[in-house]
Amino acid sequence: MLTLERLIITQGAFRMTADWQADQGARIAVIGPSGAGKSTLLSVIGGFFAPQSGRVLWQGVDITGAEPGARPITTVFQDQNLFPHLTIAQNLGLGISPKLRLTAQDHSRIDAALDRTGLAGFGPRKPAQLSGGQQSRAALARALLRDKPILLLDEPFAALGPALKAEMLGLVTELAQENTLTVLMVTHDPKDALAFAPLTCLVAGGVAHAPQPTADLLANPPPELAAYLG
Amino acid sequence: MADRAVTLIAAGLAAAILLLLLAPLGALGLKVQGFELSVAELAALRFTLLQAALSAMISLALAVPVARALARRRFFGQDALIATLGAPFILPVIVAVLGLLAVFGRAGWVNDGLAMLGLPGFSIYGLQGVVLAHVFFNMPLAVRMILHGWQAIPAERFRLAASLGFTPAATLRHIERPMLREVLPGAGLVVFVICLTSFAVALTLGGGPRATTVELAIYQALRFDFALPTAARLALLQLALCSATFVVASLISLPTGFGAGQGRKGGPPAPKGWRRGVDALVITAAALFLALPLLAVFLNGLPGLADMPASVWDATVRSLVIALASTVISIGAALVLALATAQGRGWAALAATMPLAASSLVLGTGLFLILQPFFRPADLALPVTMAINAALSLPFAFRILAPDARTLYADYQRLGQSLGMAGAAWLRWVVIPRLARPMGFAAGLVAALSMGDLGVIALFAGEGQATLPLLVQRLMGAYRMEAAASAALLLVLISFALFWAFDQWGRRYADT
Repeated sequence: MLTLERLIITQGAFRMTADWQADQGARIAVIGPSGAGKSTLLSVIGGFFAPQSGRVLWQGVDITGAEPGARPITTVFQDQNLFPHLTIAQNLGLGISPKLRLTAQDHSRIDAALDRTGLAGFGPRKPAQLSGGQQSRAALARALLRDKPILLLDEPFAALGPALKAEMLGLVTELAQENTLTVLMVTHDPKDALAFAPLTCLVAGGVAHAPQPTADLLANPPPELAAYLG
Repeated sequence: MADRAVTLIAAGLAAAILLLLLAPLGALGLKVQGFELSVAELAALRFTLLQAALSAMISLALAVPVARALARRRFFGQDALIATLGAPFILPVIVAVLGLLAVFGRAGWVNDGLAMLGLPGFSIYGLQGVVLAHVFFNMPLAVRMILHGWQAIPAERFRLAASLGFTPAATLRHIERPMLREVLPGAGLVVFVICLTSFAVALTLGGGPRATTVELAIYQALRFDFALPTAARLALLQLALCSATFVVASLISLPTGFGAGQGRKGGPPAPKGWRRGVDALVITAAALFLALPLLAVFLNGLPGLADMPASVWDATVRSLVIALASTVISIGAALVLALATAQGRGWAALAATMPLAASSLVLGTGLFLILQPFFRPADLALPVTMAINAALSLPFAFRILAPDARTLYADYQRLGQSLGMAGAAWLRWVVIPRLARPMGFAAGLVAALSMGDLGVIALFAGEGQATLPLLVQRLMGAYRMEAAASAALLLVLISFALFWAFDQWGRRYADT
C-alpha cells in the first residue's frame, strides 16, 4: 500500500497538500489543470523534491528520506528517459545495474524485456534510431527490468499520436496487471484516464484529492474539474 | 547520488585555489618593505598601461573593418579563415615573436623592402614592437568577437534598412554603430587585460628602462638583482592591476565570441563597386599579416629541423611532461567545479574564475618567496610551473565546460537519480561521454597553452632545465637564430598537434 501521510508541499508561493492511500496494484490517473501540481506530486513520491512536511510510506515503511534510486519506484519522465550516447541494451542494463556490470543472465533478461515490449533486435541501436513510440517502449522495458512495485508516469506519451498513445496505454495496463504494479499516471486527457485507470486523483486548488472511481468522477465532476474539462 | 562527493571535492579544490592565490599574496605582503614606487617602477607601470591601451585600441581599429568585411562577404575558404583566427590563442608567444622578427625585424622582409625603396628602416624593439606583437595576437580575437556582434544583428533589420533605401552610411549609423558601441568596450577590455600581464613579448621585444612591463620588471628584480622586496612590491602592484580589471570585467558583460546565433543567416548587405575591392584588400591584408610570420617560422625552421642540439629534445620532453600534467590537473579541476556549479553551487564558479585576478609572475614570485628558504628554486621548477599553468588555464577550461555541464544536469540528473547511478558509474557512463566534446576542446587548449607558456618557468629554471619555449628564447638571446627557428617550428608543431589530438579525442569519443 502506498501512503501519502499529511503531505504538505511548497515551492515558492505554491502550496499543495495530499493525504491518502492507494492499494497495491491500483492504477490511478492524476488529472487537473496545468500548474496545479500534478508533476510536483510525482516528484515528491519519486524522491526528486522533498515535501515541507508529512511522509511517504510503502507497505508501512517510511521512504520520505530515501534517494530516488533506492525507492521501490520507477519513474518514466515526459522526455529524456534514455541516454542518447548509450545503446538501447545499455540503457536497459542500467535498470539492472546502475554500474552497468552485466552478467550473461542479465543480458538474457534484457532480451526478454525487449521481446515483451515489441523491441526484439533493437538492443544494439542508439535511441536516436528509434521512433518516439519505440523510445517509450524502451523506457517501459527498463521499468520492467528494475522490477519495482510502483510505476510513476509523468506524461511520457504526451508527444505521441492518438493511436500510438492508445497502444502504449494498453501495454502499460498489461504490464501493470502482470506484475501487480501500483501506477500513477499524469495526464491531460480524461479519455486516457477512462481507458487506463479505474481510479483518478484530481489535483486542483492546492489539494491532491484522494483517488475516486474515474467514471463517477468524470460523470459528476466537482466545480474545479468541471471548469478544467470545459 | 554523487552530489555530496562532487560538492566535497569541489570545496577542497576551491580551498586549494584560494590557498594557491592567497599564500603567495601573504608571502609578498610580508616581504614588501614600502609601497613607494621608484622611478623605474613607475616607468614600468606607465609602460604597462600605455602598451596595453595602445594594443587594445589598435587591435580594435584594425578588427572592425576586417570583421565587417567578413560579415558581409562570402568567399571560398571563409569558414577556414574564421576558424584560423582562433589559432593565435594557442600559438606559443615565443614562436610568434620569432616570426614577427623575421618579417618586421632588422633584417626582415619589410625592412628589406623599405631599403630597396630607399626608405628608412623600422625597428621592432621597444614600444612599437611590443604593440605589434600584441596586435598580432589580439586582433584576430577582436575580429571574432566583433564578427559575432555583426552576425547577431537580425537579418530582418538589414532587410528593413534596404526597404527604406538606407545608404551604407545610414546603415552604419542606425544599425551597426549601436552594435559596435555595445561590443567594443568589452572586446577592448579583454585585449587590455591580456596585454596587462604580457611577459614573453616584453622579454623579447621590450626591455630597457623605456619598454619594461611590470611583469618583466618582477622577473628582472628577482632573477638579476635578487631584490626580493622590490619583486614583492612589483608583484603586489601587478596583482592590484589584475584584480581591478577582474572586478571591472565582472561588472560589464564581456562578449564571448560564441553563443546563441538565432534567426536567419544573412548578415549585412554586401555593397558592390569600390567597397568590394576595399573589403577584398582588407581581408587579404589581415590574412597576410597573420600568415606571413608563421610562414617565416616555417621557412627558417625547416632546414635545421633534422640536426637540432640535444638540448632541444630534453626541453621537448620537459615541456610535454608539464603540458600533459597541467592539462590533467586543470581539466579535472574544471570538470569538478563545472559539475558543482551545475548543481547550483555558485561559489564553485567563483573559485574557477578567480585565477584570472593573478598572473604567472605574481604567483611565481610569491611561491618563490615561500619555497626559497627550504628548496633550491631549480628543484621545484617543473612542479611549480605545472601548478601555475594549471591554475591560470582553469578559468578558460571552466568556461568551456560549464554550459554543457549545466545542460547535462538539466536534462539527465533526474534520470540518473531515478536509476540510482552514483559516483564512478555516473561519471563513466554519463558525464564523460556527454562532456567529451568540450572536455577534448578544453584539454587541447590547456595543453597547447601550457606547452607554449613562457612565464614562471623563466623565474625558476636552472641551466639544464629549460622548457622548449624558454630554450627558444635562450637560443635567440645567444643569436643562434637558426637553431631557435627550428626549435620554434618544433614547438608550434607540437602545440598544434596536442590541441588537435585532444580535440579529436573529444569528437570521436562523443558519438551520440
